[in-house]
Amino acid sequence: MAVLSLDNVVKQYSNHRAVDGVTFDVEEGSIFGLLGPNGAGKTSLIRIITTITAADEGTVMINGEPLNSRHPSQIGYLPEERGLYKKMEVGDQLLFLAQLKGLEKRDAKKKIDFWFERFEITDWWTKKVQELSKGMQQKIQFISTVVHEPKLLILDEPFSGLDPINTNLIKDEIYRLNQEGTSIIFSTHRMEQVEEVCEDIVLINQGRVVLNGKVNDIKETYKENIFRIGYKGSKPSLSSNKYSVISQSNDDITIQMTAEMGSNELLNDLIRQGVDIDSYNEIKPTINEIFIKKVGETNE
Amino acid sequence: MNNILLILQREFWTRVKSKSFLLTTFLAPIGIVVFYAALFFIMSRGSDNVKNLAVIDNAGIVDQSETKRNNLTLSYDYSDLETAKAAYLAEKIDGIIELPPISTDVTNYDIVFHSDEQLAIDETSTIERLYSKKVRNFKIQTLGIDQSQLDLIDTDLNVSPKTIKETAKDISSLTSTVSSVLGGIVGFLLFMMVMIYGSQVMRSVSEEKINRIVEVLISSIKPFQLMMGKILGVGSVGLLQVLIWAVLMIVISIVGTSILGISAMDFGGDTAAITEAMTQEGIKLDENVVGVMKELSSINWAMIVPLYIFYFLVGYLTYSALFAAVGSAMGDDIQDAQALTMVATLPMIIAFYIAIAAVTAPHSTMAVWSSILPFFGPVVMPVRLALDPPMWQIVASVLSSIVTVIALTWLAGRIYRIGILMYGKKASFKELGKWIFYNG
Repeated sequence: MAVLSLDNVVKQYSNHRAVDGVTFDVEEGSIFGLLGPNGAGKTSLIRIITTITAADEGTVMINGEPLNSRHPSQIGYLPEERGLYKKMEVGDQLLFLAQLKGLEKRDAKKKIDFWFERFEITDWWTKKVQELSKGMQQKIQFISTVVHEPKLLILDEPFSGLDPINTNLIKDEIYRLNQEGTSIIFSTHRMEQVEEVCEDIVLINQGRVVLNGKVNDIKETYKENIFRIGYKGSKPSLSSNKYSVISQSNDDITIQMTAEMGSNELLNDLIRQGVDIDSYNEIKPTINEIFIKKVGETNE
Repeated sequence: MNNILLILQREFWTRVKSKSFLLTTFLAPIGIVVFYAALFFIMSRGSDNVKNLAVIDNAGIVDQSETKRNNLTLSYDYSDLETAKAAYLAEKIDGIIELPPISTDVTNYDIVFHSDEQLAIDETSTIERLYSKKVRNFKIQTLGIDQSQLDLIDTDLNVSPKTIKETAKDISSLTSTVSSVLGGIVGFLLFMMVMIYGSQVMRSVSEEKINRIVEVLISSIKPFQLMMGKILGVGSVGLLQVLIWAVLMIVISIVGTSILGISAMDFGGDTAAITEAMTQEGIKLDENVVGVMKELSSINWAMIVPLYIFYFLVGYLTYSALFAAVGSAMGDDIQDAQALTMVATLPMIIAFYIAIAAVTAPHSTMAVWSSILPFFGPVVMPVRLALDPPMWQIVASVLSSIVTVIALTWLAGRIYRIGILMYGKKASFKELGKWIFYNG
């Protein structure tokens, strides 16, 4: 079942259409990548989902219900531009933000204590935010996003500004929350993170959906039949109208085949020639390459 | 509603707990008292070195038994200017006052002060005060004017109103003064409140926008709730501060009274009891004080006080909504901010000046209409209230204030919800207008 479902969503500003008929579903319990170059309409879309603004057309459903005033308490949102009250104490601040999400004060305090212990920061309660380093502030911001145990978590560039240790810490927490059933929307333009973390993605450019589906399916669709063969001994001499050599060195060769040729056919060819093969891999495009290609196409 | 309360509480407590609140609330009144005490002390100290002056009286008007006035000692030992000058050169005296001969037809009389040293301003005025009375007495005597006739010349003038219809409320000449002053105080309090706390609302809004927490907040609650919570929270801080100041002022005046023996006027107290007490104390009653007391007790407080409170609250809400809208449109560019702030403060300043004018002319066309108009009513009407304006004007003013506050908070909310999410570009007034009609 879809935890979030967008159908033909449109957001029109006075001089441009920020979101132009966007449709996609986020399956419950998945980690979903919302991708797009800067200015593609990601933030506009997120603001619609988080009820900060409203769509001009189309429907947004959460758990099969049209978006309404009860939903914000089920959503956790970490904006790209982080912000906390600088002069407020960390504990009071988290308490305040948790209460805004509908938690009772006592309940909120318990949950904050849980996170403080988890991040080993139990002595931070009375610290002011401005006394904390940027990385520390990010931890607080993360706690404020998840403290009310949202069903849907929207993270906009969650790792920006984090050092590798804290990145791993937050990443582990994201995985754990996902394991416990939280659906996660992960908005970013850093593609290596998408491949690592997400199962499904939607790619948006100029307010429209360019690509949507499972990461593996998309890669499968956009692969170009390129194989890399590692070998020992003498160079094979390959000449066929069914494939072309892209590059060749002393111990490997990269070949692009035509669509109708199977990979076994190439392998047979090589074996027949007596090539001593020690590796044989299909080179699938990275999401980054697909991203650049698709964005380039839609911008033309 | 619950969300508004949460925002209100946060705004209230973070402010009340802050050092600057404690400082301004408790130190400001003490600072003011110390300031005035210092001022009083400084002003009361004149030249403190005593000057010995010789008086050469060629006019024959001085009283030789008078040998000291303030810090001047006067001696009459020298019969002429030359001997006195010799004494000056021998450093026996510090200067010589020479009174030239005088006659009744002199209208400009120059007293000569002989010395190489300048007289201080207060010393000059001491001498002037001392001899102007003498010259006046000399003229009265020489011209043969009777003192009792002279007393009859000066007359105190009063315009005392008297009603024609029997149903009309009896008004004394003091009513207008007393009630205008009261209304003026309410107007002034509102002015101060709006200027101090309205701009705090504005700053608080733009701070949340600049440090970006606003995006987190409005993903949890509606922008309108955030704005209202903020306005009410900052307003509560203001009320608390005004209240503390009022209590402090009473305490300080009581302490001041008991220490310095200055009688403080107890407004709102039982006039008769005070009058009696004053008579018993043998204090000469100042007619005006009793009059003021009488006026205060004759005003229809049951109607006016709730209206004062109404105008105060509505005025604060109207203007702080305006400030909130302006704050949301601000970026971190201070120059833009100043231009925008003007928009919010200008109507308040104009209203304040109309209110001042209304104190002296409460029934002028301008006063009547501006007490009904949006933005001006809450400031101008309180000044006129105690003067029994026609009921229709009060009703019209109350209605227009209510409509204004509702319309303005709605409009401000529309601008606010868009403004807080707009970054990086300057918002023109045309753009602010457009925001009002944007869909969510």
